[in-house]
Amino acid sequence: MAGAASWSFSENDFKQIQQHLQAYLRESNARCALLVDRTGQLVATVGDPPQFDATAFASLTAADFSANDQLAKMIGEHEFASLVHQGEKESMFLADVAKRVILVVLFDQRTTLGLVKLKGKGAVEKLNKVFAEMFNRVGAGPAPEKGLLEGAEDEIDKLFG
Amino acid sequence: MSMINYASREINCKLVYYGPGLGGKTTNLEHIYGKVSPNTRGKMISLATETERTLFFDFLPVDLGTIRGFKTRFHLYTVPGQVYYNASRKLILKGVDGIVFVADSQIERMEANVESMQNLYDNMSEYGYDLTKIPFIIQYNKRDLPNAAPIRDLQASLNPGWPIDDGAQQKVTPDPLHAGENLIDRVDNQWIGRASYLEAVAVRGDGVFDTLKTVSKVVLKTLS
Repeated sequence: MAGAASWSFSENDFKQIQQHLQAYLRESNARCALLVDRTGQLVATVGDPPQFDATAFASLTAADFSANDQLAKMIGEHEFASLVHQGEKESMFLADVAKRVILVVLFDQRTTLGLVKLKGKGAVEKLNKVFAEMFNRVGAGPAPEKGLLEGAEDEIDKLFG
Repeated sequence: MSMINYASREINCKLVYYGPGLGGKTTNLEHIYGKVSPNTRGKMISLATETERTLFFDFLPVDLGTIRGFKTRFHLYTVPGQVYYNASRKLILKGVDGIVFVADSQIERMEANVESMQNLYDNMSEYGYDLTKIPFIIQYNKRDLPNAAPIRDLQASLNPGWPIDDGAQQKVTPDPLHAGENLIDRVDNQWIGRASYLEAVAVRGDGVFDTLKTVSKVVLKTLS
């Protein structure tokens, strides 16, 4: 593979991810959970719909996590598997999933960081499993539909025409 | 690393604008941001210093429309061009699907261009990516300036070509953007491949969309 490996996930994977995240939100009393891939693309959102630009949020999350990864290495750590950004009212908990995805949890004073972290551990383990299975399937998984390019050329011409 | 989400029927691709400092990478994105309908693009994020030099990256998501029921979205990133920001620059390349190298055409910037191109090769290879195998185009920016170097000189320095050893690829391939030129050609008994290139004046918007269109097409082609 010349570039980075592409990956895709099925509706079934998506359903499983959502179920795990919903259970996590219920147990931790957090408001919202987002899954962002390491390149900054939003994979899933569960809970209260974010009141901000989720796409921009996802790209900043990935950059934040990557920058912290490098900081970890500089001080002799392999990684920071999780990060916390604590605000006066709103806070964020970020955790690595399967080295490819970042779980972002938004929570407020209705819960505590301790509970979010504690329940987060179990949620991350379950998500790790889903993603591990998903990545194992890469190659055997559904390929992009044939004829994608023909449509794409037209769309690109239309947008920039 | 393009991501295909069959549940929400989305294809996401990542494009990175690379090049020396003050070459016009951010200007490319700003022009796109200003010209594309707000319905088809998201918010532009710029992590810049107080003097508007890119510190970490600029980010702009652009929707190309729906293709076979899939929403195609391109995430455009720039990197900080200044030499000492290499650690941040490298992070942005992670998972890249296509690269636009924005070269500064001014003769005085030739050395900075070459240094940045070498840095791009180095950073890509550290990730295990092969620049000659992923969608990659060069934009020669600032063509309107009186001190702009001739394209021939820029090509010789920045796009001299790489050897094509795969027999299946060893056939003369005309450059669709420049009549009479070839992307794959035989030079002195050696097959050579070159990146596509375009000329631009990004502050006026000249060549900006042609660049985006060219690289997007190649990226989508690799997916099909």
